[in-house]
Amino acid sequence: MTDIAKIAQPSNQIERRKGDRRKHTRIHLSRATVSRDNRRTVGEATVSDPRIHCTDVNVFYGDKPALRNVTLDIGCQEIIAMIGPSGCGKSTFLRCLNRMNDTIECCRVTGSIMIDGQDINDKSIDVVPLRAKIGMVFQKPNPFPKSVYENIAFGPRIHGLAKDKVELDEIVVTSLKRTGLWEEVKDRLDQPGTSLSGGQQQRLCIARTIAVNPEVILMDEPCSALDPIATTKIEELMDQLCTDYSIVIVTHSMQQAARVSHRTAYFHLGDLIEVGTTEQIFTKPVHQLTEDYITGRFG
Amino acid sequence: MHTLTLVLILLLLMIASFYFGRQRALVVSSGNIRMLNSLPGYYGYYTALWCGIPAFIIFIFWQFSESAIITNLVIAGLPEDITSLSRQQLNLIINEIRNIVSGNMVADMTRPEIAAAADHYRDLQTISDIALLVVIIALGLTGATYALSHIDQQQRARNKVENTILVFLIVCSTIAIFTTVGIVLSVLFEAIRFFQSVPFTDFLFGLEWSPQTAIRPGQVGASGAFGAVPLFVGTMLISLIAMMVAVPIGLMSAIYLSEYASSRLRALSKPVLEILAGIPTVVYGFFAALMVAPFFQGWGELLGLDISSESALAAGVVMGIMIIPFVSSLSDDVIYAVPQSLRDGAYSLGATQSETIRKVVIPAALPGIVAGILLAVSRAIGETMIVVMAAGLAANLTTNPLESVTTVTVQIVTLLVGDQEFDSPKTLAAFALGLVLFVVTLILNVIALYVVKKYREQYE
Repeated sequence: MTDIAKIAQPSNQIERRKGDRRKHTRIHLSRATVSRDNRRTVGEATVSDPRIHCTDVNVFYGDKPALRNVTLDIGCQEIIAMIGPSGCGKSTFLRCLNRMNDTIECCRVTGSIMIDGQDINDKSIDVVPLRAKIGMVFQKPNPFPKSVYENIAFGPRIHGLAKDKVELDEIVVTSLKRTGLWEEVKDRLDQPGTSLSGGQQQRLCIARTIAVNPEVILMDEPCSALDPIATTKIEELMDQLCTDYSIVIVTHSMQQAARVSHRTAYFHLGDLIEVGTTEQIFTKPVHQLTEDYITGRFG
Repeated sequence: MHTLTLVLILLLLMIASFYFGRQRALVVSSGNIRMLNSLPGYYGYYTALWCGIPAFIIFIFWQFSESAIITNLVIAGLPEDITSLSRQQLNLIINEIRNIVSGNMVADMTRPEIAAAADHYRDLQTISDIALLVVIIALGLTGATYALSHIDQQQRARNKVENTILVFLIVCSTIAIFTTVGIVLSVLFEAIRFFQSVPFTDFLFGLEWSPQTAIRPGQVGASGAFGAVPLFVGTMLISLIAMMVAVPIGLMSAIYLSEYASSRLRALSKPVLEILAGIPTVVYGFFAALMVAPFFQGWGELLGLDISSESALAAGVVMGIMIIPFVSSLSDDVIYAVPQSLRDGAYSLGATQSETIRKVVIPAALPGIVAGILLAVSRAIGETMIVVMAAGLAANLTTNPLESVTTVTVQIVTLLVGDQEFDSPKTLAAFALGLVLFVVTLILNVIALYVVKKYREQYE
């Protein structure tokens, strides 16, 4: 078992925890070599075959900068985790990727975010197909006040993905099966989506996102409102989904980042501090700030 | 004048006892107020309440019963030949005595025994006033003394004061409830009296409304038909026209304001829209009667239509304009309250703003919007001034909006305006109409509240 796998143990295995933590601390005693004052990104921010290629992304809320010069690639079929303390800009960065920041009036984005050879902030880009291509799952499950079926059918309907009822049914069933929700809700497709449990609602939202057949799925703290069992289910789901989709996940739980992601990016006060493989970030962080954060040395 | 003085005295006593109560608490605490159960101020309020409340209750009681007691005493003092008179004559004499006492009549002009009774009355009143003053001050002081003697470190002054305030709040809310119940009951009893002379079914299902009843036998044009269907139809027709104006305009403007308008425009235009709600209905009324109705009539002539100068159309349209702010303001609040997360969810699936509004926001807000519309309908049904001025008085049974119709509220006004005798079916019909109006509005409001409540539960 590698060190990373040990950190990644679900937190309910209490008897192992103590030993793990000791090891954990020992590993990080004095690895970091880049001082806290350095705010330039360390580590490999680019990959050879990027799905999304971000260069020098800056975000301002009014005059206040929220994100400074972020350069980061999202690879194909990878899960990349964004970690960092609250207000560090990781959610803001996530929302840049499908232009959800458009809905915030005073928000301004500069820099280039390239997907399929096009800059998504370009005037000529229509945000509708872009968002169909880059789906998003939110922190709090937000099923529409419609039936389970209608929740899934919403996306395919507005994009005209199904030409008749049979095809639509098929999309709904496939999406529910892929999220493992089918067995649980097949008898109550006509009941309101809000009547499901929190974990089911969140999987419903993921199913809803999958139904429009995206290429990238953005997840903004998808498990922070869920209990450990529902969290485990979502994490297993992410593991299956990453064979077809790139997944970007923002999380406050370092164990979760360690468990599910392939690469990890650490944000601090609007700067992208360090990027690397998840194993490297959690076992051999280069930047002092990263080490402070993952060892829990922040207040 | 005298009452005011008494109240002022009582208030001064309370202020003084607040001060003494507080002082006493400070003394009891022996310099360390943390030894006390409550803050010193609460002991002050405690003393003031003990001073004020018993005295105030007696004061109220006294005010209600003083006149009756004095009158009885005066009657008892009258000579035998007057007390043996019939009840009505006795009442006349008592009134005479009271008039002399209050100075409306000169005592010289009446019989000596009545003048004597008036003097007796005046004496009794003076005694009563002095007695009241003494009793109030005595009670206030007793209460304050009692409270002061009970101030010690363990006294839970705060709990007692807060409980008293709670009782006071309960009394206030009960007053509002009992007033409502009182109004409903009075309307109900008068309506029952009406239904004793006009059968219930005739009223609800009769097709002819002509409330003139014959005062003398054989009078012409006073058949006295109380079929309210024409009024119901007229009311519904005008409300329908009003809602056809108000709902689309109100709803669309609500959607624009809550979803598309910038926050600055919203902050600016919402109050402006709500000014519409601040215009007195009588102004809308003459706007309808003097401008809108002739305007419609002129256009009708051009198109070869015969539009009455007082038409349901004019009244309905103007009433609709009046209700726009109701619909728009209520719907705007409801739409605005739809969680942003739902909009984000729709946007993230690639829905356009219009799709998001049509397929997610409006369905989510629909219960609230429906409730708002129902409240607006009950407002339209109960609206009086516009229809009085612009819809006419003729109880035509018609659904043609170009003719003049009349509504329930208009008929209530016309039935009760002027000198009326209160036992004829004509006057009592107003109560029956009022009852119907009340029941319909109540049902609409109950449905609206139920819908709103259900909607709220969904997003908690």
